[in-house]
Amino acid sequence: MTLVRGLLRDEGGKGDRIVPPTGFTAQLTLFSAGAMAFLAVFALALALATGRLADHWSTQLAGSVTVRISAPADQQEGQVQTALQLLRTTPGTGEPRQLPQDELAKLLEPWFGPDMPVDALPVPALIDLPIRGDDFDAEGLRLRLEAEVPGAILDDHTEWRRPLVSAAKRLRMLGIVSLLLITAASAAMITLAAKAALAANGQVIRVLRLIGARDLTIATAFVRRFTRRAAIGSAIGTVLGVGAVSILPDASAAGGFLTGLGFQGWDWLMPLSIPLVAAAVGFLATRWAALNMLEAVR
Amino acid sequence: MPRERRAETEKRWRLIEMRDVGFGYHGRAELLSGMTLSLQPGMFHFLTGPSGSGKTTLLRLCYADLLPTAGQMTAFGHELRDLSRDDIADLRRRVGVVHQEPQFLDHLPVAENVALPLSVAHEPVDMDALRDLLGWVQLSQHARALPPSLSGGERQRAALARAVILSPDLILADEPTGNLDWDMSMRLMQLLIELNKSGKTVLVATHDLNLIRATKAQVTARVLRISGGNLQLAGADL
Repeated sequence: MTLVRGLLRDEGGKGDRIVPPTGFTAQLTLFSAGAMAFLAVFALALALATGRLADHWSTQLAGSVTVRISAPADQQEGQVQTALQLLRTTPGTGEPRQLPQDELAKLLEPWFGPDMPVDALPVPALIDLPIRGDDFDAEGLRLRLEAEVPGAILDDHTEWRRPLVSAAKRLRMLGIVSLLLITAASAAMITLAAKAALAANGQVIRVLRLIGARDLTIATAFVRRFTRRAAIGSAIGTVLGVGAVSILPDASAAGGFLTGLGFQGWDWLMPLSIPLVAAAVGFLATRWAALNMLEAVR
Repeated sequence: MPRERRAETEKRWRLIEMRDVGFGYHGRAELLSGMTLSLQPGMFHFLTGPSGSGKTTLLRLCYADLLPTAGQMTAFGHELRDLSRDDIADLRRRVGVVHQEPQFLDHLPVAENVALPLSVAHEPVDMDALRDLLGWVQLSQHARALPPSLSGGERQRAALARAVILSPDLILADEPTGNLDWDMSMRLMQLLIELNKSGKTVLVATHDLNLIRATKAQVTARVLRISGGNLQLAGADL
């Protein structure tokens, strides 16, 4: 707390003036903090985007099941009607909807092209069944369909969903690990820079100790300087990073995953935490380095 | 006054108290041994002896830059070995130190260097008092100069001003005139004599016997000599 008070105390800049200006080294620290913050913005965007993707795949695909009915042409309509009847009485579901021919054609379009006469193909009928409640029992429905609609197959998307959600979660983890590595690398970099500054200012430390400066007073002069550099450098890096993310193609433009790598809604406020975290890392790393080094000087 | 309280007061009355103090640097034989000394308020002391006899070491013990390896030593009534790092910092605010080659923060002007002890003690700087102090050491003209531009004598006077700005009880000077000519040495000694006459305790380490004689002509001073690692009171041979 004493150190925090020292950081906040207005001494007319005198506290900072105790440590001589370092010019180029200061710019290097600013640049490194900025570069780390720039990378952190992208890691944060990756973590948030993959999080959204995992949620999307989990909730959207889990929000409905599909019943596929493949039966001889003369029995298909009858089985569809039986299935619709059965599905309407299934607990935890909404109104089942048979996909019309034009929607089926659209689904097949990527494989057969727009001009393929879908009517001429033995395409199975698809019924979309929205899930409304927790009491929906997929296994029970599967058994009932087997008994009453021999040509029906229930697809609850589990096979598709599981690897996609798993991949998205791993990507999110990668983003989080990247953020942690960036934080650790920033701490290491600031610690090294602070130790170098302390070593280069041996005379300053000797003079200060001779005239009765406490360790915290000396440390505060260095901590304040490095905290400020980390905060300013990372603020600049964050602004540039957010700017770069904002000019990425919009997710809705192509609908692919990579184009969705960005922030949405309140997510745009998340990068504001990067300079704060960088300042905290600068503060703690320099404090640790300074107090450890000063401990060795009587 | 109860006996314990009186003993405590007497203990505090002695600025520095040494009882059979010994000191040896790592892995070496004791440089100082069996030292018994009491520095009392208002006294002027000289510490003399040949080069390498341990004068600087004794001064460093007095401001807790070194700790004794044997015996008991107190500063302002506190056992030196029991002091925390913060206590040592506080102790140094009560002891002004002037070295033969004083160091400064070379990027700060002389006035800021002189006022530095106030800054680190979080005390406000009285600009009038600072100007008076710089005038007293005849450095008013150099208030805005950077320390590397000062001459040897000016650096010593700046160091003395810095050493006394917190109004310490004890002033230690380690060969303060070692790099100065006679006139400049006497000017500096004059400042130390003035400080002593204002009630400060002064301990000057020097091997310059002429300086001691010239000073003793103006002030009552006790001369201590380190010889063979022991401390003796020097007398008529000076």
